[in-house]
Amino acid sequence: MELTGAEIVVNCLAEEGVEFVFGYPGGAVLNIYDAIFKQNKFKHVLVRHEQAAVHAADAFSRASGKVGVALVTSGPGVTNAVTGIATAYMDSIPVVIISGQVPTPAIGLDAFQEVDAVGVTRPCVKHNFLVKDVKDLAATIKKAFHIAATGRPGPVLVDVPKDVTAHRTEFIYPDSVAMRSYNPVLKGHAGQVKKAAQMLLEARRPMIYTGGGVILGNASEQVTELAKLLHFPCTNTLMGLGGYPATDRQFLGMPGMHGTYEANMAMQHSDVLLAVGARFDDRVIGNPAHFAREQRRIIHIDVDPSSISKRVKVDVPIVGDVKQVLEELLKLLKASKEKPDESALNTWWTQIELWRSRNCLKYNRESDIIKPQYVVEKLWEATKGDAFVTSDVGQHQMWAAQFYKFDKPRRWINSGGLGTMGVGLPYAMGVQLAHPDAQVACVTGESSIQMCIQELSTCKQYRLPVKIVNLNNRYMGMVRQWQEFFYGSRYAESYMDSLPDFVKLAESYGHVGMKIEKPSDVEPALKEAFSPALKERLVFMDFITDQTENVYPMVEGGKGLSEMILAEEL
Amino acid sequence: MRHIISLLMENESGGLSRVAGLFSARGYNIESLTVAPTEDATLSRMTIVTKGSEDVIEQIIKQLNKLVDVVKVLDLTEGSHIERELMLVKVRASGKDREEMKRMADIFRGRIIDVADLTYTIELTGTGSKLDAFLEALDDSAILETVRTGASGIGRGDRILKV
Repeated sequence: MELTGAEIVVNCLAEEGVEFVFGYPGGAVLNIYDAIFKQNKFKHVLVRHEQAAVHAADAFSRASGKVGVALVTSGPGVTNAVTGIATAYMDSIPVVIISGQVPTPAIGLDAFQEVDAVGVTRPCVKHNFLVKDVKDLAATIKKAFHIAATGRPGPVLVDVPKDVTAHRTEFIYPDSVAMRSYNPVLKGHAGQVKKAAQMLLEARRPMIYTGGGVILGNASEQVTELAKLLHFPCTNTLMGLGGYPATDRQFLGMPGMHGTYEANMAMQHSDVLLAVGARFDDRVIGNPAHFAREQRRIIHIDVDPSSISKRVKVDVPIVGDVKQVLEELLKLLKASKEKPDESALNTWWTQIELWRSRNCLKYNRESDIIKPQYVVEKLWEATKGDAFVTSDVGQHQMWAAQFYKFDKPRRWINSGGLGTMGVGLPYAMGVQLAHPDAQVACVTGESSIQMCIQELSTCKQYRLPVKIVNLNNRYMGMVRQWQEFFYGSRYAESYMDSLPDFVKLAESYGHVGMKIEKPSDVEPALKEAFSPALKERLVFMDFITDQTENVYPMVEGGKGLSEMILAEEL
Repeated sequence: MRHIISLLMENESGGLSRVAGLFSARGYNIESLTVAPTEDATLSRMTIVTKGSEDVIEQIIKQLNKLVDVVKVLDLTEGSHIERELMLVKVRASGKDREEMKRMADIFRGRIIDVADLTYTIELTGTGSKLDAFLEALDDSAILETVRTGASGIGRGDRILKV
């Protein structure tokens, strides 16, 4: 049967098993919206700004492991979506974005709402397509989903001109995709895996360092098994939190700029470092020259060859799917008669415990102003450590990462690579739709939340009972912290003046608002927000927190990983 | 060090901008870039001349391979290869210089492909350094216009880049 291009788009999404499409209508996609109106295979979620559509689709993917889908119109629809696309790209999240385009005869003529979508998004997508012929539409969408989800995942944009959505053709959805130019390597090189196993067995000061690749590759079980088998310490990057259970004794916390003392010291002083799905990012290892000063051998497992030896030279590179490679590695380690040197390992653990005893995350618990760290600790307790937590970007993000102990993967949803303020609320929407019965908390600040505050309206429309934890210090806290440390406390434009009354704001959108000003009220407020009585409601908790609190430890930009500023030193 | 990278990519619109965009976005050096379809019309062949440390070249090759449209990448400079570039030079050729220009073109095995009252246009093929040498051999004031294609390269013997 012949279908219109618009009907083909809808049918392709249904074939892919899409549950939610996050979008916003406009001229160029009206045919597609009309086709959506006439179907019931998937739900459309109407956001209030296209940026939020991509963020929500991105978070849906992060929380569920499925491909997220966003639909936007041409011109401003696409440009508004760019921040969302770049955010997904930096964190390698599989999202398919369908964008409307002006009709093919109008392309290049500066038509109304025309923008070169393929050109604008090229640097921040894994791949993109402009579909000029309706006959190519189904095969292109199939390819888009395939490319987005396989290898190192990422966003893929499909730009569809309006006339293509009106043209008719026979609808055939391909069963599979074969591309001679795109065949990610999944199986690790056997010789390299063998070398890695031997190196791990010889380690005297081992360290396991895992990143977002372990979450994306669903390999946290294998990471945990490996660490347990060898009794090695483990750290997870900001993107990798939940890859290893945070409440376990072998977990040393997060590494990097705001990592724990013990994680950074163990990274720096290890003699064998196993990096899995991590990319030695500047926020993780600090100055690469300083990092390279200590002699250590590095094994690096990653699905993306270009992530290997990019910032740090490694000794045993293994390109492949992290789960498959770890399984091969586990097989060899279990079969081996050798075991790591026990006394060396004991000495190493003694050293690590000494580092851990510095208690680098301590803060003033006697304060009569609310400490943001305390709020996150109490959030962890109130949700029994089992919530999905989204965050925005800044100090609150670091405190959430440091103080909420994630025991499971896909529970911590944040913008690690691009550092996009404003993601928190749309992220929470995507997560809540992926897991309707789960507790979803959005840890944010008064600056970040205002960047996508309009989504409170979307939450009302779809009854998304997100719990917003607003750590309100009336400052762009992380900017303020850098200005205090590096700019002589000249707080240029980092003060948030003329804030709304968040309680009234939440109420005006039809939600529940709370203002919490005393430390003793923190726990009761959280308990109430997560109580059965408010299970169906969005609760906006506005915590008035200490304006001067800083995130510690801190590795200054350009400094070495072991050159941390600790709270007690100030 | 100077490297000549050859690649085959799907002959689809936008391919060139993906490669050019990659080089500018990541701050890689690009000395010349040539592209044209191959005997298989679905494939384009690109020759990129670039400079960089071994680490940078390794990253360039990995990043090129990562482009979804790129089928194969080869660093020609890693092995035995041939490099050619075509140059067209319009030179002043009047009076006593006219004979001298003809002689210079002959010495460099160039061909005069256009003759006018006051000018010659000379076609010259060779490595980039040979073309440079020809230009240096001429008097600056005699050179009216030059156009160069950038290098194309191919492996020697059975070193073949093909799908």
